[in-house]
Amino acid sequence: MSILIDRNTKVIVQGITGRMARFHTKDMLNYGTNVVGGVVPGKGGETVEGVPVFDTVKEAVEATGAEASLVFVPPPFAADSIMEAADGGIRYCVCITDGIPAGDMIRVKRYMMRYPKERRMVLTGPNCAGTISPGEALLGIMPGHIYDKGNVGIIGRSGTLGYEAAAQLKELGIGVSTSVGIGGDPINGSSFKDILQRFEEDDGTEVICMIGEIGGPQEAEAAEYIRDHVTKPVVAYVAGLTAPKGRTMGHAGAIISAFGESASEKVEILSAVGVTVAENPAVIGETVARVMGRAG
Amino acid sequence: MDIHEYQAKEILSGFGVEVPPGALAYSPEQAAYRARELGGDKWIVKAQVHAGGRGKVGGVKLCSTDHEIQEACENMFGRKLVTHQTGPEGKGIYRVYVEGAVPIENEFYLGFVMDRSSQRVMIVASAEGGMEIEEISAKKPETIVRSTVEPAVGLQDFQAREIAFELGIAPGLVSQMVRTLQGCYRAFSELDATMVEINPLVVTGDDRVIALDAKMTFDDNALFRHPQVAELRDKSQEDPRESRAADRGLSYVGLDGNIGCIVNGAGLAMATMDTIMLAGGEPANFLDIGGGATPERVAKAFRLVMSDKSVQAVLVNIFAGINRCDWVAEGVVQALKEVQVDVPVIVRLAGTNVEEGQKILAKSGLPIIRANTLMEAAERAVGAWKNDLSQGTRVRAVK
Repeated sequence: MSILIDRNTKVIVQGITGRMARFHTKDMLNYGTNVVGGVVPGKGGETVEGVPVFDTVKEAVEATGAEASLVFVPPPFAADSIMEAADGGIRYCVCITDGIPAGDMIRVKRYMMRYPKERRMVLTGPNCAGTISPGEALLGIMPGHIYDKGNVGIIGRSGTLGYEAAAQLKELGIGVSTSVGIGGDPINGSSFKDILQRFEEDDGTEVICMIGEIGGPQEAEAAEYIRDHVTKPVVAYVAGLTAPKGRTMGHAGAIISAFGESASEKVEILSAVGVTVAENPAVIGETVARVMGRAG
Repeated sequence: MDIHEYQAKEILSGFGVEVPPGALAYSPEQAAYRARELGGDKWIVKAQVHAGGRGKVGGVKLCSTDHEIQEACENMFGRKLVTHQTGPEGKGIYRVYVEGAVPIENEFYLGFVMDRSSQRVMIVASAEGGMEIEEISAKKPETIVRSTVEPAVGLQDFQAREIAFELGIAPGLVSQMVRTLQGCYRAFSELDATMVEINPLVVTGDDRVIALDAKMTFDDNALFRHPQVAELRDKSQEDPRESRAADRGLSYVGLDGNIGCIVNGAGLAMATMDTIMLAGGEPANFLDIGGGATPERVAKAFRLVMSDKSVQAVLVNIFAGINRCDWVAEGVVQALKEVQVDVPVIVRLAGTNVEEGQKILAKSGLPIIRANTLMEAAERAVGAWKNDLSQGTRVRAVK
């Protein structure tokens, strides 16, 4: 079992004619993702990697029955594309684009609220590596081969640090149910808490591994949620112990600007609710293995 | 991106926020001349640097004669102002702002921030103006008034009135306060700011609501659509290495340690720094060269890291996902041939085709110290820095 996507999920790629988008569309098709189309205004009728391109999301959804979308649109236009997906009937959208203005994301989040909950789109990202359900489907830019199928659910803000964790798990023979990148931006579609809830409800996930970093309240909010609602064991790592206060560390959202936003404070908050915290990034895999041993 | 106080005041005044009469000067003589132009008999001379806390360290002076203005300026120009927000290296003073003094009756704190919990713009205000917001929330948290703005319709007048009344503003001044709040919000949202702070906002003896200080920070990701804001950038206030990195599309933050880091991805870069610390060393920098580690980027990264003279070892940590390790290894070898690196270089590759990558590093003939895991890489980097390793393995990567 997996969350958010599986082998049957019909996927469209917004901005599919761009260089990166073409490359990753091919990669996703090779992985087995059910990519059924792409959307680029004015390029309807073309094909990319054998899939049809449409002018609008609405057209693409009508023609293909697409349920999920991957946004590869440049920053100035990405917010508009996410809103188009939300309005066009897409149920799950992953936005890869890095560099979307935070004001645009505030508008996007507000816009999504206009739909009743049962047909409101779920968004992960922006500025993320995507979501993968190993052996099922890949919706993003991560290297599929470093993930084995299994029952650890991963939630992370960072791309390559998430790969590092997945590679460590694979090395130990541990597989992943789904890995979800929530992205490094200050205003994001889904928080740790939103994805924790899905893993808690997923029968195929036994242990949850969350990879956080400095900045923002979402790790602390996740801790509160774990305390009250999560019964499965949770392992965490928080990057940025050495990060100075008030400086942006690469990700727009990775900046310590308030109490509780530093790595050591987050570690303390998570430990206090029973989360097993990996002391350093080199032992994320080992820590998950230890917790699984205990759980099994 | 940060801007200066005088720039923030000019912007806010365009949105209806009242500010004291003021003028910019680039020399002591000009400052005195500008003061005479402004008129009055008391002026404030304020050092223009991108940092708060200027008043406590001699960056703000009250003057009542030409002579005092010149003297105050001579103590400012060319100096590095060190406040609690600048770091020990301080920020250079190259401009001063001269303002007519204002009779203060009451001081307030007013801030607009991007609230990451509600994912909306939040207004934070307090009747304890003049103090830093951190200090207010530590000492007088009960005085803080908060209000979030619904993004679809913007700040409503009733919200602004509520804030004014909660701050205890006299009823006759509430409409001025509402105009100030609306002006700040419009400037914030129309120009894609991430922070607007007025501290203090004052009520004067003659019943006016005036922004005595102003600070604005803008979203770097939105500068493309605000060229008039982008051109306010003042590179003299930035770390030269960081601005050079930003101009080359790399994300760099200079730190105090001596182990240089070259990593792909922000999260992995932070994790690498943490591992260095756990291994007993100190990172010299944060550097994210982006998801794809092309040879050009690796070479640029080496040049940048080596421009920091305190760097005594360089740790390269690349997770090759979509890219292959053999390709990254070739990039590292090529970069080391192009860039003069005379300190130990430790390379850890992981991901796709890692064995081929290691072979390329080994065959290059370059004295690269290789590592398999993140911990091993950090330990070797710290070891090389401490010169624990025998001279034979100490790297001198020549030309």
